[in-house]
Amino acid sequence: MVEHIINSISHLYPEIAITLTLCVALIADLVLKKESHAIGWIVLGGLVITGVLVVAQTGRELSIFSDMLAVDPFAVFFKIMLLIASVLVVLFSMQSRELIDYVDRIGEYYMLILGMILGMFLMVGATNVLLMYLAFELTSICSYVLAGFTRRSLKSAEASMKYIVYGAVSSGIMLYGISLLVGITGAVSIYGINEALAAGVEQPLVLLVAGLMILVGLGFKIAIVPFHFWAPDVYEGAPITITAYLAVASKIAAFAMTVRFFKVAFLDNGVDIAGALPLVDAFNWSVILAVMAALAMIVGNLVALWQQNIKRLLAYSSIAHAGYILMGLVVLTDEGVSAIMIYVFIYLFMNMGAFYVAMLVSNKLGTEQIDDYKGLGRRAPLESVAMTVFLVALTGLPPTAGFIAKLFIFGAAINAGWLLLVLIAGIMTIVSLFYYMRVVRNMFLFEPQEEAGLLNFGLSSKIILMVMLVPTLIFGVYFTPVLEFARNSIQIFGL
Amino acid sequence: MIALDWYLALSAILFTIGVIGVLTRKNAIVIFMCAELMLNAVNLSLVSFSAHLGDVHGQILVFFSLCVAAAEAAVGLAIIIAIFRNNLSVDITRINLLRW
Repeated sequence: MVEHIINSISHLYPEIAITLTLCVALIADLVLKKESHAIGWIVLGGLVITGVLVVAQTGRELSIFSDMLAVDPFAVFFKIMLLIASVLVVLFSMQSRELIDYVDRIGEYYMLILGMILGMFLMVGATNVLLMYLAFELTSICSYVLAGFTRRSLKSAEASMKYIVYGAVSSGIMLYGISLLVGITGAVSIYGINEALAAGVEQPLVLLVAGLMILVGLGFKIAIVPFHFWAPDVYEGAPITITAYLAVASKIAAFAMTVRFFKVAFLDNGVDIAGALPLVDAFNWSVILAVMAALAMIVGNLVALWQQNIKRLLAYSSIAHAGYILMGLVVLTDEGVSAIMIYVFIYLFMNMGAFYVAMLVSNKLGTEQIDDYKGLGRRAPLESVAMTVFLVALTGLPPTAGFIAKLFIFGAAINAGWLLLVLIAGIMTIVSLFYYMRVVRNMFLFEPQEEAGLLNFGLSSKIILMVMLVPTLIFGVYFTPVLEFARNSIQIFGL
Repeated sequence: MIALDWYLALSAILFTIGVIGVLTRKNAIVIFMCAELMLNAVNLSLVSFSAHLGDVHGQILVFFSLCVAAAEAAVGLAIIIAIFRNNLSVDITRINLLRW
């Protein structure tokens, strides 16, 4: 037992590194002078060390702490995604003008981000319903506070309030689902649940209710229809750096948890073909997930059409993207999972990029209204071109990486025979072109006002922009590395 | 010895009361109390399953869920105070800057 624990700790180094960084940041916040982003640099250093430790885990495939946590290529892939997103968000935060008014408490801000990273790291590896719930709540509670960090802004406080009410209710429903699942299977690890379900359960109806209730909690975190109501309000009210983080990192982590939970707990793993049969005949998971994916694509894209605020527009677009990504889970095949991974990899860069340009514009012009983007093409050429590339990528047009992402996810769905779903996704992609291009039209087809001069954003922001722009363009043409990376990482422990 | 069904029924009733409260009440603090009621209903169901199955895992889960509920309540009340300083009200029908 002791040996098992000591052995397990040696596979937990990335999480330990994050916790230590949190402690260092906490002490540094007390010692260092306030009103500087020094803690941000400490966090960045900690994240780099964590990154090295995560990469060192490549190739391991084992379960640690008595089936609490899995260390497998699947988890490593998502941890790398989360680290890239976190590094970018910390860099954004150092430049954000919104946060300057709160610079005396900026240490707390970075510590809460670290707390979220720790929660999300545990989310992607959790193989026990207890740890799933705890990691979920750790991520959620940190993000409630972060959403309301600019607390003197009315919108931010309201966003935080709405977020915590929705969050508390959905996590309560999820915990009720977990309690029913534990009750009917008598197991807490997802492998044990799978075995119990394979042996047959007496109450399929209770299992249906439990599954749906757990789906409420996961759906809330992914922001999928019909559990998306918080997303537009929170995304609009929260500081833009946190909006980007919620839209990318916490969504990615929730997808990882959902995929692991459904694939391991609810599929018949005895059948070694791709697209194994659902264990329980009482209801069909794929159909429920497919309906949710279709609704997310329809609602997200259609409501985005009349949005005037760029953050709100990107919020609805992220709901739609959650729908596209969920298609990969609907098909339940390895091909679907690798398509999800390709999608989140590319989504990370293109969505972060769009939020970054929105933040730069908001820093300079103090506006988030799309109408105020008129004439921006003349005033900030590089940023406008970058925004255009990101929006084209989000639409999913070649030659950007967004096309590759959609290609693989649609391909996986077609191969599994979900033609209707792909049809809906295709139509909605065309609809999305309309509202993304509205932003581009405002930037390039209008003359700037007379007194408006050239906007200067500085070298560091250009470098950060390139970090996201280059992958968005390169992976659209030369996508073999992403493909290899995703295909090598689909191995989930226990499958 | 009371049968498992009665505990589960009580837990389901408490949970439903919590959900109805969250959906219908207008005071933010009462909404939080209802959310806590939901979590406590879950705790009851976990403990009764645990006792029925003779398995300790459910009870351990309850300890953690109590801690999480406390943390969530603390953060929630802090957010309510922030809202109250801005709006001088905790009536959620008056917190409506963000819509559609």
